[in-house]
Amino acid sequence: MTPTFINIGERTNVTGSAKFKKLIVAGDYAAALDVARQQVEAGAQVIDINMDEGLLDAVVAMRTFLNLLAAEPDIARVPVMIDSSKWEVIEAGLKCVQGKAIVNSISMKEGEDIFRHHARECLKYGAAVVVMAFDEVGQADTAARKVEICTRAYNILVNEVGFPPEDIIFDPNIFAVATGIEEHDNYAVDFIEAVRVIKTTLPYARISGGVSNVSFSFRGNEPVRRAIHSVFLYYAIRAGMDMGIVNAGDLPVYDDIDPELRQAVEDVILNRPQRHNVSNTEYLVDIAPKYKGEKGQAQVVNLVWREGPVAERLKHALVNGITEFIEADTEEARQQAERPLHVIEGPLMAGMNVVGDLFGAGKMFLPQVVKSARVMKQAVAYLMPYMEAEKEAHVAAGGSYQAAGKILMATVKGDVHDIGKNIVGVVLQCNNYEVIDLGVMVPADRILAEAKEHKVDMIGLSGLITPSLDEMVFVAREMQRTGFEIPLLIGGATTSKTHTAVKIEPGYHNDQVVYVLDASRAVGVVSQLLSETDKPKFVADTKADYDKVRAAYGRGDNKPRSDLAEARSKHFPIDFAAEKPVAPSFLGLKTFSPYDLNDLADHIDWTPFFSTWELAGRFPDILTDEIVGEAATALYADAQEMLKRILEEKWYTASGVVGFWPANADEHDDIEVYADESRTDVIAKFHTLRQQMKKTREGQYNTALSDFIAPKGTPDWIGGFAVTAGHGELEIAAKFKAQGDDYNAILATALADRLAEAFAEALHKKVRRELWGYAADEALGLEDLIGEKYQGIRPAPGYPAQPDHTEKWTLFDLLEARSRTGMELTESLAMTPPASVSGLYFAHPKAHYFGVGKIEKDQVEDYARRKGWAVDEAERWLSPILNYIPS
Amino acid sequence: MTRAERIAALKAAAKERILVLDGSWGVMIQRRGLEEADFLGERFQGHKGQMKGNNDILCLTRPDIISDLHDAYYAAGADISETNTFSATTIAQDDYHLDAQACWDINFEGARLAREAADRFTAKEPHKPRFAAGSIGPLNKMLSMSSDVNDPGARLVTFDQVYEAYRQQIKALNEGGVDLYLIETITDTLNCKAALKAIMDLQDEGLEELPIWISGTITDRSGRTLSGQTAEAFWNSVKHAKPFAVGFNCALGADLMRPHIAELSRVADTLVAAYPNAGLPNAMGQYDEQPHETAHELHEWAKDGIVNIVGGCCGTTPDHIQHVAEEVAGVPPRPIPERPKGLRLAGLEPFELI
Repeated sequence: MTPTFINIGERTNVTGSAKFKKLIVAGDYAAALDVARQQVEAGAQVIDINMDEGLLDAVVAMRTFLNLLAAEPDIARVPVMIDSSKWEVIEAGLKCVQGKAIVNSISMKEGEDIFRHHARECLKYGAAVVVMAFDEVGQADTAARKVEICTRAYNILVNEVGFPPEDIIFDPNIFAVATGIEEHDNYAVDFIEAVRVIKTTLPYARISGGVSNVSFSFRGNEPVRRAIHSVFLYYAIRAGMDMGIVNAGDLPVYDDIDPELRQAVEDVILNRPQRHNVSNTEYLVDIAPKYKGEKGQAQVVNLVWREGPVAERLKHALVNGITEFIEADTEEARQQAERPLHVIEGPLMAGMNVVGDLFGAGKMFLPQVVKSARVMKQAVAYLMPYMEAEKEAHVAAGGSYQAAGKILMATVKGDVHDIGKNIVGVVLQCNNYEVIDLGVMVPADRILAEAKEHKVDMIGLSGLITPSLDEMVFVAREMQRTGFEIPLLIGGATTSKTHTAVKIEPGYHNDQVVYVLDASRAVGVVSQLLSETDKPKFVADTKADYDKVRAAYGRGDNKPRSDLAEARSKHFPIDFAAEKPVAPSFLGLKTFSPYDLNDLADHIDWTPFFSTWELAGRFPDILTDEIVGEAATALYADAQEMLKRILEEKWYTASGVVGFWPANADEHDDIEVYADESRTDVIAKFHTLRQQMKKTREGQYNTALSDFIAPKGTPDWIGGFAVTAGHGELEIAAKFKAQGDDYNAILATALADRLAEAFAEALHKKVRRELWGYAADEALGLEDLIGEKYQGIRPAPGYPAQPDHTEKWTLFDLLEARSRTGMELTESLAMTPPASVSGLYFAHPKAHYFGVGKIEKDQVEDYARRKGWAVDEAERWLSPILNYIPS
Repeated sequence: MTRAERIAALKAAAKERILVLDGSWGVMIQRRGLEEADFLGERFQGHKGQMKGNNDILCLTRPDIISDLHDAYYAAGADISETNTFSATTIAQDDYHLDAQACWDINFEGARLAREAADRFTAKEPHKPRFAAGSIGPLNKMLSMSSDVNDPGARLVTFDQVYEAYRQQIKALNEGGVDLYLIETITDTLNCKAALKAIMDLQDEGLEELPIWISGTITDRSGRTLSGQTAEAFWNSVKHAKPFAVGFNCALGADLMRPHIAELSRVADTLVAAYPNAGLPNAMGQYDEQPHETAHELHEWAKDGIVNIVGGCCGTTPDHIQHVAEEVAGVPPRPIPERPKGLRLAGLEPFELI
């Protein structure tokens, strides 16, 4: 095992860096922080901070620098080493660090009592300590003295102070060698020997040291100094040295040092017997000038992995998602293999197993895995013709390429969303499952027929909008009715364990129904369901869990609720006389077709884009996140590149329509929409739902969207919009899929979604400032927009303020959305193309977003009457928000 | 029972089962619809400025309400209830112009009220002793974060001031009779470290040693504390206090908190505690998560072996706690993992050398 060596940045040390000292003395802390930043960027895992300089008030300088450093996340991410020979400076530093720091240093120089006191204080501040091999007598020079002092200090710390031994770091003093003084010749050997003894006799203690001391006599000849450091560390690290204050970026690799120089340095460091007619020191001094001008090593080309055997290269390509050489490598592997199938079963599967393991261990993230799958698919595609060619012979021989299992996946009827399902499909394929993807809007009978025909082992259903939940219940009942005996998986944004347990599972008894939270869970669920040994326990656990969920759901929510009349009496009050509605700049419709996509790119809110890929975090911080930062940055770069192509090559066209109409609220929570300002001809009604949670306190209301529109007698207006950025998205995604490139297919779809959202946001801004024009002076940045700090709202049917999706029918009719934008509604009210957004505009300054929450039967009956529905029809559409179980 | 016996009982109970903490106090106090006069009581008649909103003062002016709430939570099945002293430091109470004596009294009385209620329930149900945790909140001023956008080095308080404020609070809570300290809703680890230093110094000076429970706050989906630390870095920064328990509370609902608790559960070789909010606030700033939902999530955690103590923060009620207590009853507590000894440090991110 190669020992690890922790490299401590030395440049933020006024005693070691003239540049840093100059900056601090001049009070240029901004530039001083840059020095710290450069060290962290260069790989320092801890940074040493030292302000011990006669010209400085070291306490103030330490406090100032550490407080400023706390505001720099890219520096503050690493621990600091508070370095001072003065205790008051160390204590000032300890009062400024929230993390766990290292104190450098304490010692027995002033006796055991002070040593004990400092150690106890470090413990209470929560710091590790460097202990110098220094006692009342002086600094330890020989190996024996170093070991003796460190052992005494260790015993005091561990046995008397209660200091954790793993938080003790000894600095047994590195002194200069090759000084010309004979007594110094053994200093490096003494250090290395002391390290070896301390590491074996003082458990868990660590060793550190200031490496540059050792080469002090060669100052001015940096190449030789670096060679000395490299050789010294080579031996000290092997003896057990754990960390050092050193500029590691500068060190030559031990093997790369010129052999003549290396041998001369080793002779000095290890104090070997003299091999020339002069002493080792004199010999090194003699040859040193030759190396003074040497330049650094050339950069190593980053294609070393191409040197390995073909199986290794395939693995590397899979893990790193590199398609550049995949066909050539696959061909090479095919020539070496007996049969093309063996390439898949051998090196390719081995590589994908590594990918699967890394993903399972959280070391790879979805975008990277999907890229790996792309490499795999391309390799398989390359092999397909060869496999076809030998197929007949092979079938005769009785063998076949056996997938681990066959899974049918579909987005249910009425729903068009499939990013999540595609991601799950890719992840399953990466794990050697065969996936039959029926796509979107698949009716139950087709799902069942295809499942029978392909003899699948499992069915997976996906959906994003709430009506899909009912469709899933239906599919499950159909599976029961038609005698299926395979597991059913449920996933997608609106699905939940509760819904699965309460509504879906009771309808299907022949096998298990399982809710799958996200793609990362899919493989675990599928493999357990397909394993004869694991399945019984998994099914039993799942059933028990769902029983609990049902029981908890049955206990229900006993929150008191208001009846509808009471709720209406507590409607959200707006004084329309005091804050008069503003008339829009025009009435009727305005079409934006096409809308310039270039305008939308800047409005994109990226945070949801990353969550689509199961990368959690806020943009742009996510790009530098310690865990997912790398994956997020790569994904973002790919997204930007594709976005550029979308715009330049006009992959998508965006269309939208906006409309404004005179409108007034009636007494039944509906909004009447009029043909013109005479307000006599009602051309449509928007129905709204009212909150029924009990509101007891002053200033709490039972709100409905109709509260934001003035009642008859005061002129008011309502707006509506429908936008899509998705014309072309299905074709583009299909094209990528046909090339075996799911990564780009998913990316293209996700970007279309973001553009549609950006379109809605951009259009709303235009509405506020110009088209309606009630906020002509508004000036907000992108973050304020995403934070929705502006006046007026744009709630969408199917979302919390109006959970009834069917209001989209009214909206689409009024907007003539189908003919003006090419958008359509499915029978479950999903919009097509999938990257579409629609909603109402409310302009009043008091209008705000809210959630209707659960509603009671009295409102459902009233709502059914207003919509012209039977009560059970209303209960079906409103099923997610009913506060009772319909009979 | 003496306090030493109670602490022993607390440690023994933690080995046997998952312990339950109480739920939110803010919401429950709000529901009472109290007026300025309730907050002022007799003692603060004519006090400068508004007192309404200073919930901690109710320990002195409406002790009946505070006792009621402890009772409600203990009755719901909580093993531990917190003193109503979240902001009872001279620094935080400066907003209400309260002096050190008033702060001392709040902590002392707050501790006494909690302990009295606990005693009532322990007497009724000796098989299930109840415990009082001294709530030590985060302060409204932070040591690691700048108070001035134009000067990243600016601080409104010094470490010594924070240390002094916590020291008073800790001493008063201890003398008032709490069984353990709960340093909670930690947004800035350095503030917490000042409190820990105060506890350890007081112990060195002879104050009775009590278990310490440290509860940080992961503020959003970034998975960091407000002062920027990851879960593991946070643990590395406070573990020197050898806490009885470490965990997270507030800011997130159970679903979003889970990964961070799971991470702590992996790295912390002590009890792990979690008391999330009742989901995220809705558009109206209220919490919609229902008792059975909270209970369901926490039961999952319990079953998955990632927690030893559960409870509720903002938006939770005795009803939530009752559901939680019922759900986690009988689930074995998380075994404390043995971790290899190693040098573990932290900046905003953890550092480990094993």
